[in-house]
This record gives sequence, C-alpha cells and structure tokens, in this order.
Amino acid sequence: MSVGTGSLVTVTATINGETRTFTVPGHRTLLDALRSELGLTGTKSSCTEGECGACTVMLDGHAVNSCLVLAAEVDGHEVVTIEGLSVDGGTDLQQAFLEHGAVQCGFCIPGQVMSAEYLLSHNPDPSVEEIRDALSGNLCRCASYNRIVEAVRQTAEKRVSTRG
Amino acid sequence: MGDALRSQEVGTLRPDGNVGTRTKRYGGLERASGAQKYVADLEFPEALQVAIVTIPVGCADILGVDTAEAEAMPGVVGVLTAADLPSPMPRFGVSHKDRPVMADGRVNFYGEPVAAVAALTQEQADAAARVVKVDYRELPGVYTLDAALAPGAHLVQDPSDPTKRAGDALRETNVIEEQTIAWGDLAEQEAKAALVVEDSYSYPMMTQFPIEPLAVIAEPTDVGGLTLYTPVQHPYLMQRIVAGLVGKTLGQVHVIAPDPGGGFGGKQIPKYEPLMAFLALKLGRTVRLTLNLAETTTAIRRAGATVHARTGFTSEGDIVFHHVRIDYQIGAYADVAPRVMTKGSYVGGGPYRLPACLIEARAVLTNTPVSTAMRGYGAPQISWATESQITDGARRLGLDPARVRLRNLVENGEEFVKGEFAGKADGEWKQAVEKAMELAGWDDPLPPNRGRGIAVGIKSSATSGLSQSLVRLLYDGSAIVYAGTSDMGQGARTIWAQTVADELGVPLEKVTVISGDTDLVPFDLQTSASRSTVFMGTAVLRACRDVRRQVREMYAERVGVEPGELDDEPGAVLTAEGAVALDEAARIGLGALRGEVLGQGTCRLEGRKGHPLGGDASFYEFNCSISEVELDAGTGQFVITRHVSVSDVGTELNPIQVTAQEEGGAIMGIGQADMEQLVFDEHGRLLNPSAIDYRVPTYKDVPLELFTSAVENHDGPGPYGSKGMSEGPILCTGAALGAAVTAAAGVKITDLPLTAERIWRATRAAAEGAIA
Repeated sequence: MSVGTGSLVTVTATINGETRTFTVPGHRTLLDALRSELGLTGTKSSCTEGECGACTVMLDGHAVNSCLVLAAEVDGHEVVTIEGLSVDGGTDLQQAFLEHGAVQCGFCIPGQVMSAEYLLSHNPDPSVEEIRDALSGNLCRCASYNRIVEAVRQTAEKRVSTRG
Repeated sequence: MGDALRSQEVGTLRPDGNVGTRTKRYGGLERASGAQKYVADLEFPEALQVAIVTIPVGCADILGVDTAEAEAMPGVVGVLTAADLPSPMPRFGVSHKDRPVMADGRVNFYGEPVAAVAALTQEQADAAARVVKVDYRELPGVYTLDAALAPGAHLVQDPSDPTKRAGDALRETNVIEEQTIAWGDLAEQEAKAALVVEDSYSYPMMTQFPIEPLAVIAEPTDVGGLTLYTPVQHPYLMQRIVAGLVGKTLGQVHVIAPDPGGGFGGKQIPKYEPLMAFLALKLGRTVRLTLNLAETTTAIRRAGATVHARTGFTSEGDIVFHHVRIDYQIGAYADVAPRVMTKGSYVGGGPYRLPACLIEARAVLTNTPVSTAMRGYGAPQISWATESQITDGARRLGLDPARVRLRNLVENGEEFVKGEFAGKADGEWKQAVEKAMELAGWDDPLPPNRGRGIAVGIKSSATSGLSQSLVRLLYDGSAIVYAGTSDMGQGARTIWAQTVADELGVPLEKVTVISGDTDLVPFDLQTSASRSTVFMGTAVLRACRDVRRQVREMYAERVGVEPGELDDEPGAVLTAEGAVALDEAARIGLGALRGEVLGQGTCRLEGRKGHPLGGDASFYEFNCSISEVELDAGTGQFVITRHVSVSDVGTELNPIQVTAQEEGGAIMGIGQADMEQLVFDEHGRLLNPSAIDYRVPTYKDVPLELFTSAVENHDGPGPYGSKGMSEGPILCTGAALGAAVTAAAGVKITDLPLTAERIWRATRAAAEGAIA
C-alpha cells in the first residue's frame, strides 16, 4: 500500500496576501496544509467533516470549510485565514466579540469571525435572523450564540455609520 | 485553620475597581485572532503521530494481536500492545482503580484501545493501524440498563479480580455503588396525600462535545521523566495518576495543560494519557495523538439514567413525600461516575421541605464507553424526574406549578435533606423563582398552541478542596498571579486578573496570569463543580493580602515605624500621614536592591467523615428556568419562543462572563432536552459519534427570546460574597422545557430528548385513546 507518498502536488496560492508555494500529497486538505505546511494554526481542526465550521477560511472571498477543500484545489487562488484579518489590538469585529462576552473557550471563534466577516462582506447591515442563518454552520459548544450575534450587529452598525 | 474556606472576611467590592465590572476576557484577543495555542497547535516537528487500534464491538475476548504487518509498514516506528505493559496490567481511576491503560485481554467497551501505532506521519500511523490483526471472540455484552440488571447478566467487571470487584458486596452484580438517602415515614405521609403521582422517566446518554477534540503529546525528558501536554481540567490529578502508573515521582512528570477549548467535565480524568506515557517511554520518542470530534465523542460521555418516582401532594399543593429510584448507566469502568450518582441523588428530593423522602440510587456498569463528569454532574438526570413529578402534581390538582414550587421551597438556612448529613439552603432561592416568573411574564395569557413550563434545579458544589496560589508584586508595579485552575472558557484567568488588580491597586493590563503548568504553578485539586471562583478565588485573594501585609511591614521598617502603626487596604499602605500607593510603598520597602514581594494564599476545605458526599457542600448552585414553546401539533415540532434562566450567584464578579455562562448553560441544557442522545447498536457500537448525527444546538436552535439574570445577595463563601455559577442553568432545563411541551401538547413526555417524533406519537396516542 502506498501511504502519503504518491502524487505530490505543488501548490502556488495567495495566502493572506502573500504568494506561497508548497508541496503536499494530493489528498491533503487545505485545513491540514494551512496548519502543517504553512504554520497557520489559527484555523482550528475539529470535526474534519464540514459540520462544525471551526476551520472556516475565505477562498476567493467566499467562506469555506477548509477541511472539505483539497490543498491542491487552491492552486492559483486566494486564501485568507484568521491570521490574514488580524491587526494589532484586533479588528473592530474581534473587539466587539470581546465587549459582548462572545469569546469563552475560544476554539470556534476564529471560524465564527471568518463567517461573520464573509456575511458582512456581502450583507453590510444584516438582521439578527440573517446573522443566525449565515453563522448556523459554525458550532459553539459554549453557546455564545447571542453574544456573537450582538457583536456582529454592533460591528455592522458601526461600519455602516462610518461609511455614512 | 487559617487557610480554611470561610476563615476570614471575603472583602467588599471597590466602587472604582475591576471586580464587578464587564472586564474583557483575559486572553480573549488571542482567542479571537487565532494566536491562542491549544494543544493541537503546539509544534513538535520530531513527534511521531499515533493511531489507536480498536475493534468494532463493545465486548469481546481478545485472542491475539498480530502487529507484524503493521510494524513493517512505511514510517512505522513502533507499536504498543498490552504485552508491552507491566503485568498485571496497570489500572487507574479515582475512587476505583479499575480502568486498564489498554484492553487487558478483554475489550469492555466500544473504542477501548487494543494497540497503538506510532509513525512518522498521521497517514502512515492510520494505515498501519488498519492492518494490525486483532483476533477476538464477541461476548454477550450488556449495553443497556435493563440488560445489565437482568438476572444472570454478563458481568462487566470480573468478580474474582482482586484489583476490581473482589471483596465487594455487590461484586456478583453490575452495580458498582449504591446510595440510599431517607428521612421521615413514607407510609404515614402517604396517608395524608390527596394525590399520588407515579411515573417512570428516562434520560439518555449524551456527550460533552467540546469543540476542541482530545489531544495528547507525551515527551520523554533527559532525566528519565516525562512531559505531557494535554488540555486537561485537572493537571495535578493527571500528574499523580500518570506518575503512579509509570513509576515516576511527581517531580519527574510535568503536565502542561494549555487552556482547554471547552471541557464541560469531559477533560477531567485521564483517558489516553497513560497509554501515551507508556508509548513515549517505550520508544524514547515524543508521541502525539490528535483526535477529531467524532473520536472524542466516542471517548467521553455523560451517564444516562432511568428513574421511577412516586410523589404525594395535599390538595393545597404541599408535597408530603417523594420516593425516587434512579439507575445511572455509567459504562465499563468507574471514572468519577459513582460520585456522579451519589452527588446527583443526594439532591434528588429537590430544594423542598419534604416531610418524608426516600432516594434509592445505583451506578450500573455496562459495556459502553466510560461516562464521566459533565456540567450538572448527576443532577439533571434526577431533576428531570423530580421536577416533572411536581409539574404533573400541580397540573392534576389544578394548581399553578410555579406557586406550588414557591409553597414548598425551603427558606434560607432550612434543611431540604434531613438527617445526620443534612443539606441546608444557603441562599434566598425564592427570589430566583420570583425573578424568573417576572422575566417570563409567567401570569400573562398565552395564545393557542403555546405552553409554558417552570422548574428549579439544585446542585451541591465541592465538598472538599485545596487551592494554592502565588502572587508576585514586581518592582515596576506589575504583578504575576499563579493559579492552577484550567481556564476552559469559564473565564477563570479574567477573575484572577480582576482580583489582583483591585487588591494590589495594579492596572489590569499589568497583571499576568500563569496557569496550566505543574512545574511552575502551585497545587490546585481540580477545576470542577464550579468551585474555582470560591476556592482558587479565595487563595488568590489571600495571596494578595499576604503581599499587602509584607509591603506594609517592609515599608514600616524602612521608614522606622512599628508595623502595628500602619494598616493596609486594597492598593495602599495607610500611614498617619495618609495612604501610600502599594507599588510605591513596595519600592520604598524593597530598597536599592529591588527584588519583589511574593505572596502566598491557600484555601482548604476538609471533608467530613461518613458524609455520603465526603463532606458538606461548600455552596449550592440554585437555578430557576422557565421555557415557553409554540408547538405545531401536526408534526410535533416546536419553537422555543422564550427561555428564562435565573441563578443565585452570590455576587457577579464579572457580569458579562456570568451572562455568557448562564446563556451557554441554558442553551446546552436545551440541546440536552430536545435533541442530544448517544445511540448504540446491539453490538455496543456507537452509531452517531459524528457531528452530522449527534446534534447540538446551533444558532437556529437558540430560543427566540433568551433572558438570563442573577440573584445577588453577596452571601456566598467566595471572594466578595460570590458563589460558583456555571452549572446552574443546565440543572433543570429538561424539566422546564418538558413542562412547556406538555402544556402546549396536552400530553406528558417522560423520555428525553423531546424529539418531534416522540411528541407527535404521544399526541397521536392520546387522541386515539380519547376516541377509543
């Protein structure tokens, strides 16, 4: 049996704004490649079957479960992970998470933040119901759901008013 | 004793302080930005990856394990089987040392490790694990309570094994422990009852489902010891158990416990760590096991239960007796589950003034994965029955179920468990009920198809404990606090930072909290039973006061006055001329050589001999929950239109963290009431470990309106009058939601979860019965 040695693939992709080239077995998921090959451990691994949302990243501007995408598939594409969003002191959305008590154990939070940023990127002023819909693929066992919804609402309001 | 809980005043909140405010979570930004390193995020480039070999049945004799082909596979460095371990097989546990490091000639539950393969990559380890040949003969295992308790049932634990059941009066049964709590004369009280409600209830097996799966890294050290990285709630218990198993001193076993990504009780007791320790020592290499969520679900769970209850009421709604029998389905080995049974059943009568009560409880072994602690411990199982009984009694008597509870609820200081080891109310619990009724609009009329239900919950917290803390006030006015509590999401680090900031007058951002490392941080018994605010909180408070005392004495010596002439208060030394800021006084006291001030604090609660719980509760968690649902009678589906959860917390040390825990507990409780259950087949195989099949609440399952609130009377034993609070909201959620469904559907549901199918069948059966 051939194990992990067959069909190595070289991938060149834009990761968090930088061009990165790496070589992985063809069956390796984007999640594992981000964490192992690129050292981007902010993207969390939990269910590994597309149910929990902890591994959410942006692929060409769309939120995806990186455990369901092969690393080879992102060749020539653009990936943004939680590390790609972060600024010193946190983004307005991350700060809103803290203000509203949305961060408890924290394991799901990078995925929640990515899904919320994706929502706000195409729906700048979502209703509570729209936030619940958009984030329903991100499980939080601490069940900070209402805290997160408040944080996303507040961020949306501030961003909309800033843009005037 | 000076370090005993309740041995000194607990302090008052500073009006300008951090304690009592919505201070942002310590480490919160790291979590939100992905910078926080959980165990799986730690880099060990040289580590071998491990795969566990299991067999696809829950009970079997192992006839042989052939690892030859696996060992020849590419990348494989070593395989561990029972033959590599000392004989007799090392076993571990807390009250019962019955769990083998790996299957000892017999597999007793689905998922029990038979071998472990270490290879250069995970793919190689997984591939090699698949070709380990395990020859086994399936046995007629017992996978349900009925099967385990049937005459002539297969015995999960060998009655002749001196390491397990020998000498045990129950050894020829699958009952590992039992407990009876009784007071009053049931027959005499039954004669006074106008109504007796009798019913049977069931509570399914469930899982903790922390989003961070289990992970272990074991690294041999140069000096013959071992470092274990594991997201564990009890690093010091892990250290003790592993050291004992591998024959090392405590000093040789270093446990590093990065903050867990959720625990909920499932990360308290060793699971794979002993096996990984033996594997690392055998190979002399760092080994790493990283599970996914489904594998974690297979490894940790909460005990299910069946309950039978009889409860008597007067026509005015006084409860005159309560008789409850409960069997907890605990699994193949004890873990902490016998204590889940004793603690859960101790409060089985509820927080009521009962003239007579009989609680008969058993912890029953089955060939199912080992159950362990979970938020609420054994209380939600028995509360489901007891509270459903009260609701049913009120309904049949035509009385308001909220007011029946208020009528029977004990007053502060009154006994709700009677006898030598009585349990007494330690709060103004009626206030929680009244507040919940107000928030829920209890007396407001409801539209058709809506129903409302109420329940109360109670849980005994820690009955003994020991927490030690160190606080260093550094020369520049910053501070470091060492506290061994695991911050798994409840926010312990934030509370310690707030406390130190206030007590020493240090800005919050200048406080560092160190946890999760047995080499660096002094002893803490465990992070369980919502104890940490009270126990570790008191130790931190005392360490701060020790710092203040030392600063006052140093300062007095430097300025040439008697220490007795000075006093101290939070953040300052008080002199005849006025207050000197504590950091300034410390610099003066320390002098030219600088240095630092090192304070120590301990909080201890000794148990009480003979007490069924090992001691009196340090405090109780009390909660009142009210659910309101809108039911679609045609399908049995319902929407939770409103849910209210109110807990007695003593003092909110951080209101936003209290809200988050209260909401989180309530939603988890709702999930455990309306969707969660582990399902096993006739071979003891878990059928729904995956997140696709084991449902937990999502955003879409949150009540349309969720209101939480806290009762604060500053009457807890913890700092500033606080009590622990993280389990309250899950204690009685099932019964509150069940009562709401009953009110809307017109039928009583006695089995959880409250699935649409179950409700639909019950309403259909009732309708057909009415027609017939």
